Amino acid sequence: MKYLAEFRNSKLVSGVIDEITRTVSQPWVIMEICGGQTHSIMKYGLDQLLPDNIELVHGPGCPVCVTSLEMIDRALAIASQPEVIFTSYGDMLRVPGSQGDLFSVRASGKDVRVVYSVLDAVKIAQDNPSKLVVFFAIGFETTAPANAMSVLQAQKLGLDNFCLLVSHVRVPPAMNLILGSPSNRVQGFLAAGHVCTVMGYWEYVPIAQKYKVPIVVTGFEPVDILQGILLTIRELEHKSNDVKNAYSRVVNYRGNKPAQNIIEQVFIECDQKWRGIGNIPGSGWRLKPAFVKYNAEDRFHVEEIKPTESPLCISGQILQGLVKPINCPAFANQCSPEHPLGATMVSSEGACAAYYRYGRSK
Amino acid sequence: MCLAVPGKIVEIYEINGLLMGKIDFGGVVREVCLTFVPEAKVGDYTIIHVGFALNLIDEKEAMETLTLLDEISNQGEIE
Amino acid sequence: MIDSFPNYEALHCPLPLLHNERIVMGHGSGGRMSYELISKVFFPSFNSPTLKTGDDAGLITLPNSVGDSYSKLAVSTDSHVVTPLFFPGGDIGRLAICGTVNDVSMLGATPLYMTAGFVLEEGLDIDTLCKVVESMHEAAKEANVQIIAGDTKVVQNGKADGLYINTTGIGIIPGGINISGTRAQPGDVVILSGTIGDHGIAVLAARGELKFETQIKSDVSPLNGLVATMLEATKAIHVLRDPTRGGLATSLNEIALQSHVGIMIQEEKIPIKPAVEAACEMLGFDALYVANEGKLIAIVEEHQADKLLDRMKAHPLGADSEIIGTVIEQPDTHVMLKTTFGTTRMIDMISGEMLPRIC
Repeated sequence: MKYLAEFRNSKLVSGVIDEITRTVSQPWVIMEICGGQTHSIMKYGLDQLLPDNIELVHGPGCPVCVTSLEMIDRALAIASQPEVIFTSYGDMLRVPGSQGDLFSVRASGKDVRVVYSVLDAVKIAQDNPSKLVVFFAIGFETTAPANAMSVLQAQKLGLDNFCLLVSHVRVPPAMNLILGSPSNRVQGFLAAGHVCTVMGYWEYVPIAQKYKVPIVVTGFEPVDILQGILLTIRELEHKSNDVKNAYSRVVNYRGNKPAQNIIEQVFIECDQKWRGIGNIPGSGWRLKPAFVKYNAEDRFHVEEIKPTESPLCISGQILQGLVKPINCPAFANQCSPEHPLGATMVSSEGACAAYYRYGRSK
Repeated sequence: MCLAVPGKIVEIYEINGLLMGKIDFGGVVREVCLTFVPEAKVGDYTIIHVGFALNLIDEKEAMETLTLLDEISNQGEIE
Repeated sequence: MIDSFPNYEALHCPLPLLHNERIVMGHGSGGRMSYELISKVFFPSFNSPTLKTGDDAGLITLPNSVGDSYSKLAVSTDSHVVTPLFFPGGDIGRLAICGTVNDVSMLGATPLYMTAGFVLEEGLDIDTLCKVVESMHEAAKEANVQIIAGDTKVVQNGKADGLYINTTGIGIIPGGINISGTRAQPGDVVILSGTIGDHGIAVLAARGELKFETQIKSDVSPLNGLVATMLEATKAIHVLRDPTRGGLATSLNEIALQSHVGIMIQEEKIPIKPAVEAACEMLGFDALYVANEGKLIAIVEEHQADKLLDRMKAHPLGADSEIIGTVIEQPDTHVMLKTTFGTTRMIDMISGEMLPRIC
């Protein structure tokens, strides 16, 4: 078994769709809070297969797009310093800041490089002792162990020229915010399978109990996503709100302990600003004081830029499924993919961007 | 957050004190860090995100999931 | 309310800015940003009707020609800036010859002559240059074209990635051949001559930045032999296009726009090597956007499709040919893909550079 084709099997997809259709008896609103799952749903058109009374709402699950404008601007300012080699995962190069993106910084002659793994950035630091290598450490919990590991490696190798610009976000506080809003419409959650691979799913049990909402750990292949939806629907139809695991081949209740230990060694919880939503308490991670020399924010005293989120942007409401993008006054006027005002239009997986494209071709 | 891909471990070794390995994704091979899966053996399948193995894939669980879903699919045919 | 076509890359996160002040790498990707650059910077000054057709080569009708035979020429030019200079399956020299031979062939022309201009970086190993030139010689022999003019310039160290090559090709179009991206008609069948993504992945692996190993080789090949046998089989070919930068998706979008039609392709029909698929999975790429240098798209009248397919399959460069879709009536000129589950999604043009993603 190779674990890909088997979970894209057409017969299983049809079979699970049929079972979902047999099970559902009333309208339900389900949110998935992972950009990778949104991507899969769009790529395979899974929402076209579901019965009409299941509404899928796409949550703020793309760490690239929820990275705050201040952080992007900070990254652009640091990348523009002559002694810096700025390294990043590929997705970040396109994110628009207040003025331009990392592509424009590269175009102006600065050293901006894409890496597939953060350890490649550590290697670049080893190979370029006269330069300061900064790595843009973004991501949800899935990416945190890797980013943390780079700091420990740099420490072990005695590198003085490597640091991280950290902007990590955590899922449970975002879920709490969405579910805790008085106008919340979400009735069931698909939890992010790879976040749970690292963290386990024990954190979701109190959330499910508090808000009486079923949460199902879900994978990414078509069969995985449909299985996640099926288990959620079954919970909803039985008026139950358990936490279930539909990605058991990779996820277990407690998660990956070695990975969690590394996170705990290097990072500490903090408040974090989410683009399009605002500050969510306890929703981020930053480097512990012991690692100050690896913290780009301490090493660079870049002028504080104070961009403000557009007052026109209502992506917070869109992320909760309260408003449809086409009903936003700024949609396709002041706000478009080239000039996004908020997270849901920045990301091609965001609700607004998806409506901009798919809503028109129907 | 979540692009992680299954691959097979074909080699395990250490570099600078870090447990590393070569992973075969099906005709593409890349070096990956195995520090979070210290129990890994050559031949195991693992899920890789940004050059790190996050967990081993449990074949038994995978088979059970597929069998269960297959039964659900067949149930539909009988009805 | 929404009256313009959305400007972003399909299923890539997040959406890119359109850079309007400085050139960025995305302007060279062959997709939407390249299009914008050409429309806004070049077309206002270079606005001949020939250029505006938007085909891979320019069509010239010789003045005062006698009769219908051989009165039309196809001319194409291409600059090659690939790094590294040598990669599995080919090199910059082979690419320079084949790329231009193929562009000329896509108008149904028989390529005959080429020019070659070289920009050499100070410090380039002459031995390397000899290998490149030798490779061009071999490729030209394979394609049966003659290099009849050339130029060489040297620039300072650091200004040319070793070597840049520009080639211009000229071919003659036999009488009765009328092939252009503007000619696709609803009901036509879309045929692809083989597996997608080989070249792009081979070069990416050879570049070494993303540190993966693979046996994939570039498919860089001269397609004029394949095209000649296709034209012998049937006169019902409307469009030929080689999906290079920007991949299959971008070329299909270009044709849809030129012909004011829609195109529907079937995902399960698109041939792709397992290793290319694996590389794309690992990096988060969509193979539909990865470059090819030895493949072509043929759009042909439906009643001749099977005959053409058989002829293509009999040729070494078309052995993996497949019918992948149809041209449809569609005022929005969308390219749509039908998945293996029967659902459909839109396939946009590539916008900028394709980059590995974590999301």
